[in-house]
Amino acid sequence: MALGIQLGLSGLAFGGLVFLLAAGLSVILGLMDVLNLAHGSFYMLGAYVGVAVLHLAGNFWLALIMAPLLLSLVGAGLEMVFFRRLYGRGYLMQVLLTFGFSLIFVDLVRWRFGPENQPFPAPAGLTGAIPILDFRFPVYQVFVIAVAALVGATLLIGWRRLRAGAILRAGVSDREMVGLLGIDLARVFTLTFALGAGLAGLAGVIAGPYLATYPGMDENVLILALAVVVVGGLGSVEGALVGALLIGLASSFGPFYRQEIAIALVFGVMAVVLLIRPRGLFGLRA
Amino acid sequence: MTEIAAEAPALSLVVRAGHVARYGLLAGALLLLASLSFWAPTFWVSIAIQALIFAVFAMSVDLLLGYTGLPSLGQAAFYGTGGLVCAKLALASPGLGLLPLVGASVAGAALLAVPFGALSLRVRGVYFLMLTLAFGQVLWSLAFQTPREWLGGSDGLIGVVRPPLDLLQRIDEQLWLVVGVSPRVAAVRHFYNLTLVAAILTFTALSLLVRSPFGRTLEGIRENEHRMRALGCPTFRYQLAVFVVAGALAGLAGCLLTLFNGFANSSSLYWTNSGLVLIAAIVGGVRTLAGPALGAFVVLIAQDALSSYSQRWPLLLGAIFVGFVLFLPNGLLSTGRVLHALARAGRAGHWS
Repeated sequence: MALGIQLGLSGLAFGGLVFLLAAGLSVILGLMDVLNLAHGSFYMLGAYVGVAVLHLAGNFWLALIMAPLLLSLVGAGLEMVFFRRLYGRGYLMQVLLTFGFSLIFVDLVRWRFGPENQPFPAPAGLTGAIPILDFRFPVYQVFVIAVAALVGATLLIGWRRLRAGAILRAGVSDREMVGLLGIDLARVFTLTFALGAGLAGLAGVIAGPYLATYPGMDENVLILALAVVVVGGLGSVEGALVGALLIGLASSFGPFYRQEIAIALVFGVMAVVLLIRPRGLFGLRA
Repeated sequence: MTEIAAEAPALSLVVRAGHVARYGLLAGALLLLASLSFWAPTFWVSIAIQALIFAVFAMSVDLLLGYTGLPSLGQAAFYGTGGLVCAKLALASPGLGLLPLVGASVAGAALLAVPFGALSLRVRGVYFLMLTLAFGQVLWSLAFQTPREWLGGSDGLIGVVRPPLDLLQRIDEQLWLVVGVSPRVAAVRHFYNLTLVAAILTFTALSLLVRSPFGRTLEGIRENEHRMRALGCPTFRYQLAVFVVAGALAGLAGCLLTLFNGFANSSSLYWTNSGLVLIAAIVGGVRTLAGPALGAFVVLIAQDALSSYSQRWPLLLGAIFVGFVLFLPNGLLSTGRVLHALARAGRAGHWS
């Protein structure tokens, strides 16, 4: 029982992190048909912005604000200069473009910071572990769960209740119609990209003290976020949430029972969901 | 009207020049490849072997993606399976000839492709991409975690000995007696010729396949699956058949790679291989067969050459991909078409 709770909590922390990534990825894919393989790079860059800020200012909380801000600027810039030219040309071109960018970003990071793991200490007050039942749980993972829950709740309320959320949901189901209603799609796209990149940057910086910070940290988490997007259904924030929890729990319980089946379990979950519901759990669109 | 009439002969000349250029290029490429081991150093011959193997793999992707409209991110599963079957068999019964090894690898990959394809084909588009990725990763992790005695775990199966290539060797020796030049590269030469033959056979077989009624049906399914089904075409059966053929070819490529390297490893099933081969196909230009083969050379040589000249090769490779998308969105083989269109637009003014 206690063990189940412990594994469940660490699955929640990891799932929360993946959710921050998958939410942006899912909306970008659902709205703009952009399969953004550079989304993991935003996550990695967020972590490295955190490392740089820690190095210069020595303040984790400043890093926590700077990383999402800088990354949304990067996302908006990339959208305006590059991705915008490719809308409507099919996702394969974007696979190539964004894969190119992910190679560039990982190498830039390796160039500037070297190939090794970067030390990324948790801030004072979030170190150590707290006792829960008969085990001790790292405080920092509680913090990760809290941030993910806070951001997730804000996103869900915005997605369901705000005008901006309504525009995005409408855009996912029929882009042209939204444009015909007089909404400036180009601006919506740029802002969505900025938001998605900012969330990924946030995920990166909170991942810093929790997982390792190194060039290539983007690849593994990107593939998990993609799995989440597909399990949840393209262009759905609720789907990303449920999918991320499923995948988070699968990747926490799996290794406990048998180290080797962890990945098979994660992708097995994805395969089973897709076989039963080909459009994902909350798929809004064919 | 008179303008167009005056345009016609000049235009047809351009088109014909295009045809001549295309066949000229193909013949030139063949000559270059066939003579490679006579003048190139061993390093480049081994790169060419890997590129030819990768080209077979990329052509299998083109059959799926370009001709049938099925973007798979799980093709490495068959590539890896072919390689593992080949290694396992070669180690289990030493002295087995080339054909049984290749045959078993191809059959193993094709057999795997039947359930893999039947399940993946329940969805289309991005979902197909992701479902093939999921199955591919499941297979990779299964191959990775099998007991060490089976597939060697993370070390893989090592010590595979290449079967003798008597026939190729004899033809080859006769040939260079006639030509009167002795080859520069001796050691990997016969294996190089084997991969060249495999690549040419694959190219020819697929060219014939896509021009056959079967291939035309595939194009129909790609363009409008619903209409083809309404016309009474069993589209699922066609797509599954193509998936199995593509899987078998990927298995062939995997088998050749194992024979070249002397080992096979479960990491060849990893999804990045599927991604890289997909990118090679897109870079070359899908639905051309020659394009993906060319793309395989470009990607492999770019990787090897850039990495030996610059530490910053991933950055350069990434920049190349970005440049491709921005300036050659239809792939390398579209260069001629782009120039042609420019020439036509320039000649005719901009009224078109």
